[in-house]
Amino acid sequence: MLSISNLQAAIGEKQILKGLDLEVKAGEVHAIMGPNGAGKSTLASVLAGRTDYEVTGGSVTFDGKDLLEMAPEERAAEGIFLAFQYPVEIPGISTTNFLKTAMNEIRKYRGEQPLDAVQFLKLMKEKMQLVNIDQSLLSRSLNEGFSGGEKKRNEIFQMAMLEPKLAILDETDSGLDIDALRIVAEGVNKLRSPERATILVTHYQRLLDYIVPDFVHVLYKGRIVKSGSKELAYELEEKGYDWIKAEVA
Amino acid sequence: MTPTYESYTDFKNQLLTAFRDGEERLNGESKTALHQVRRQALHSFDQLGFPTIRHEEWKYSNVNSLIKQRFTIDGTSTLTADELSSLEIPNLEGNVLYFVNGHYRPEMSHIVSPADQVQIGSLADAIKADPDGVGTHFAQYADYKDSAFTALNTALATDGVVIRVPANAHVEQPIILRFISDARVNNVASQPRNLIVVGKNAEVTMAESFRTLGEQSSFVNTVTEISLERDARMQYYKVQDETNQAYHIGTTQVHQSDNSHFYAATVTLNGNFVRNNLNIVLNGQYAEAYMNGLYMPNGRQHVDNHTLVDHAMPNSYSNELYKGILDDSGTGVFNGKIFVRPDAQKTNAYQSCKNVVLSPNATMNTKPQLEIYADDVKCSHGTTTGQLNDEALFYMQSRGIPKDAARTLLLYAFAQDVLSQIKIQPIREYLEGVVTAKLGQ
Repeated sequence: MLSISNLQAAIGEKQILKGLDLEVKAGEVHAIMGPNGAGKSTLASVLAGRTDYEVTGGSVTFDGKDLLEMAPEERAAEGIFLAFQYPVEIPGISTTNFLKTAMNEIRKYRGEQPLDAVQFLKLMKEKMQLVNIDQSLLSRSLNEGFSGGEKKRNEIFQMAMLEPKLAILDETDSGLDIDALRIVAEGVNKLRSPERATILVTHYQRLLDYIVPDFVHVLYKGRIVKSGSKELAYELEEKGYDWIKAEVA
Repeated sequence: MTPTYESYTDFKNQLLTAFRDGEERLNGESKTALHQVRRQALHSFDQLGFPTIRHEEWKYSNVNSLIKQRFTIDGTSTLTADELSSLEIPNLEGNVLYFVNGHYRPEMSHIVSPADQVQIGSLADAIKADPDGVGTHFAQYADYKDSAFTALNTALATDGVVIRVPANAHVEQPIILRFISDARVNNVASQPRNLIVVGKNAEVTMAESFRTLGEQSSFVNTVTEISLERDARMQYYKVQDETNQAYHIGTTQVHQSDNSHFYAATVTLNGNFVRNNLNIVLNGQYAEAYMNGLYMPNGRQHVDNHTLVDHAMPNSYSNELYKGILDDSGTGVFNGKIFVRPDAQKTNAYQSCKNVVLSPNATMNTKPQLEIYADDVKCSHGTTTGQLNDEALFYMQSRGIPKDAARTLLLYAFAQDVLSQIKIQPIREYLEGVVTAKLGQ
């Protein structure tokens, strides 16, 4: 589904990704771990198409298409979803209105008819239960004045609505207490399917207790330096990142 | 220092001559109180002259291009009711009064509210019927001694509306004044003058809508005086959607008594040069004033909003939110003055002005002015001017919304803060349509 080869990216003069390779197949869950500053969030941002980053080399194909040539909205329409580490406040636009616009833009891209109000509301009700989110929250301006937990839950709700092929969760566990974490993780797990893939970007092993990955990769200095099964995450939790740094050096 | 170039004195002389010509045609009327006020006002105008950018209140609004023009000022127009269709606001119901080039046009207008709820008539009729009676209310609130344009209007205005809402009346249907400049043939200037008196514990909703027809220049110099007696409540909307050849200078002067509530929204969507003065005197305890504004200059449009809230009595409240979207070479001015007099303890006054500048050539000048002479007050003000939030745009794009659509959606939401305050639904919908069209340009 996703094939990243020798990806290099910089912000300004600073090279952050320095030749990253990753293969993700449908149905798989990959965890990307690594110390601060390794380039985890950069990877998530580059995949979603954030223009602050300049891709200086390598390639990314998604379902056989050149992802790096696409605008962020095209990537979304092709089936990529980024759950933000810091969801942005959008004053004056409710989650409901926002999602309706987004879904119909995506449908337009795919040559499908827009959803009518009844279809949309039905879908919304169904997905609200999935992530246990309240109607009143969805009527408010998107993310404005939401707590950290509400923002993250709203991200997962959006993901449930948009049903992406590839979900990238950027530090979704940061700032969540254990209850919020469990609700968010349950939402993600319910969306797992053989057609979909997930990339979890996280600093801590904690999230992986709830969302069990098929593969764990360690990102360090802009490269994936070690890959393994979920056992690798426990090892990192126990020993920290120093032994990896030593191994690489 | 008074500029002496030819065009200046010509337009001014034209106006002065028009007054004197009119005066000669008066018979007994020249002795009336009304006419005495007019003469004083003309004298003020003559003394003050048109303001230059050296005048602090006109620093960013240069009227040079206005006073270089020649205008027909006799108010004539061949516009018929059938020709109004392009200007109509769909589904508009209530008391709808049309003024063409400043003159009331009863055959285009509909007054539906019963007289025990509200008395609505033209100023021209009121002057004819009772010049002395009009004289006692005329120019009671709007100061013509320091403002050339108000002085000019006071001297020359012959028509407009006079509205009286009796005590305890609740005017169920809104009153919509539509000022149409018919500039299809000539450059036209008009001086509408409105007087609204809302009695004790009465309630009314009113809108003033300004449109221009045709490609020639228009100049509207309007003054509206509003008096709210104790416990009165009023919703007041000023809505401007004129052409790129239209000049508008207007003053809304509001006088509030105890526990009266005034809610204003000033929405300027199009016009070449617009200056709105909204002056509110809170001359009563527990009086409340809310002022919202939205302006969207693009092209070479210029929109200047000056507001003044004078807290004259204790325990009064004012809250102000102005929002601007500026594009191309559009320019905007916001000057918000809050005055708290020594006796006006326990005043609460809030002011905010937020602007989005979409082009490097667009300019916004903001100036909050707080003059506080009481010690137990709560006042705050804030202005922001910036670009659209890139993070928000990327967030929306990452959900599949194309950048242009995301941009429009964000700006529309920004404008909705003000538009949603408008309680006359057909007017709100009409404005939403113009805003959408303008954002799509």
